[in-house]
Amino acid sequence: MHTTIHHLLALWATLPEIVRTLVWILIITIGVILCVAFLTLWERKVIGWMQLRRGPNRVRIFGLLPGLGQPFADVFKLLTKEVVVPSGASQFLFRIAPALALVPALAAWAVIPLSPELVVSKANAGLLYLLALSSMGVYGIILAGWSANSKYAMLGAMRSAAQMVAYEIAMGFALVGVLMAAGSMNLGDIVRHQQGGFLAWNWFWLFPLFVVYFIAGVAETNRAPFDVAEGESEIVAGFHVEYSGIAFALFFLAEYANMILISALTAVFFFGGWISPVAGYPLIGHTFLADPSFFWLGLKVFVFLFLFLWLRATFPRYRYDQIMRLGWKALIPVTLVWIGVEMVMAAIHIGPWARPWFH
Amino acid sequence: MANPLKTFLMPELLKGMSVTARTFFTRKYTLNYPEEKAPQSPRFRGLHALRRYANGEERCIACKLCETVCPATCITIDSDVSEDGTRRTSRYDIDLFKCIYCGFCEEACPVDAIVLTRIHEYHMENRGENIMCKDKLLAVGERYETLIAADRAADAPYR
Repeated sequence: MHTTIHHLLALWATLPEIVRTLVWILIITIGVILCVAFLTLWERKVIGWMQLRRGPNRVRIFGLLPGLGQPFADVFKLLTKEVVVPSGASQFLFRIAPALALVPALAAWAVIPLSPELVVSKANAGLLYLLALSSMGVYGIILAGWSANSKYAMLGAMRSAAQMVAYEIAMGFALVGVLMAAGSMNLGDIVRHQQGGFLAWNWFWLFPLFVVYFIAGVAETNRAPFDVAEGESEIVAGFHVEYSGIAFALFFLAEYANMILISALTAVFFFGGWISPVAGYPLIGHTFLADPSFFWLGLKVFVFLFLFLWLRATFPRYRYDQIMRLGWKALIPVTLVWIGVEMVMAAIHIGPWARPWFH
Repeated sequence: MANPLKTFLMPELLKGMSVTARTFFTRKYTLNYPEEKAPQSPRFRGLHALRRYANGEERCIACKLCETVCPATCITIDSDVSEDGTRRTSRYDIDLFKCIYCGFCEEACPVDAIVLTRIHEYHMENRGENIMCKDKLLAVGERYETLIAADRAADAPYR
């Protein structure tokens, strides 16, 4: 057994770089899609529990855990349904829009460090790449809304475009704060520069930026309470009214992949990515629990995903003008003020700026 | 901004989230329907039935009080003289799509012939099956007579 594994590892090492990268891309993409599948189930379960219901519990896999087969049942249902293209739609854009929404959500995983060694691309401009890709996501939504030739879809697309543009600024400013604290645009370095225990992570010194970043992230992914883009009571389903079957499933996939992405980024930027929360503390600080690993990143992502669902189960939808007011008049000023505060902290060398790599 | 502290620390939002956090752990109300069922009152008004006396004689005397009182006019009755010289219905139809299950027919009946049973899990597969004719109503009554009688007896003290 052991020798087989060694042989396989040796074979792996002899493969050309590009093949290994492609394999990793495949593994990460499939992993994200599987996470999305179970996230949809987990969301319905959590929201059900919070509303005193049980959530989906009929489809079982091998008689295990009620509801575990639900995502697969949903996927097969959507796969077997017809993709209706409205006769007045712009054929090409209508068909390509779901892919445009999904691709940035998956491509962003290229620079996210899953563990100290495991990252597809150790790009030094990782943060810039992420900002660029998150701006790309809005194209899928706008094109979907426009090409469907439906008024509801158009309204939904316009709303979501204005909202995403507004919150991207707050998000960008929050990331400027992270950039200042880490002194690097490489995501791996951003995590490495947060070492030193729970309170050394960025969230402690950049708490307002963390709150702003997460709220902006919820708005960026068009999730409740900022989901006016698909407000079913006013504009039916917003930008994806006219989509059905697997084309609709792609939008669904994109939304949930974005949620996982935002959670992972929050963990990387503000909660020390793969770093263990007990590292550096007495008693357990030197056991296996303190080792940096993928497990810790996964746990943090899970917590933030739960927060997404919790917010959705709790808050009613914001009115459109309230969203705009919150974005422009509350979140952006807060980030600007805190960047000013950071400048002061950097000048007098406290917090992250007291660390050796700043001298 | 009346109170900056109240705006930035978001106490109201946190209060709302604590409510959902509490309900997350409380016992769920949902019944797993086909396996678990909610308790039913003996007064439940479901599928209609025509009853017979213990000796097998039809109760209904074609007085047409139910037809008259029915607010949805879903009952249609034709009467005739039977072989033994009594007045009987030759036709007794209830349109289940028109019926509003108010129970007035049961209240109006002087001989307790038409009753609403507690059966509510029934369905139709073809057009026209929504009309309950006399034979079908009598068949329901025969099949569930013990249940119907028990329900009437349970409700009798309150009538």
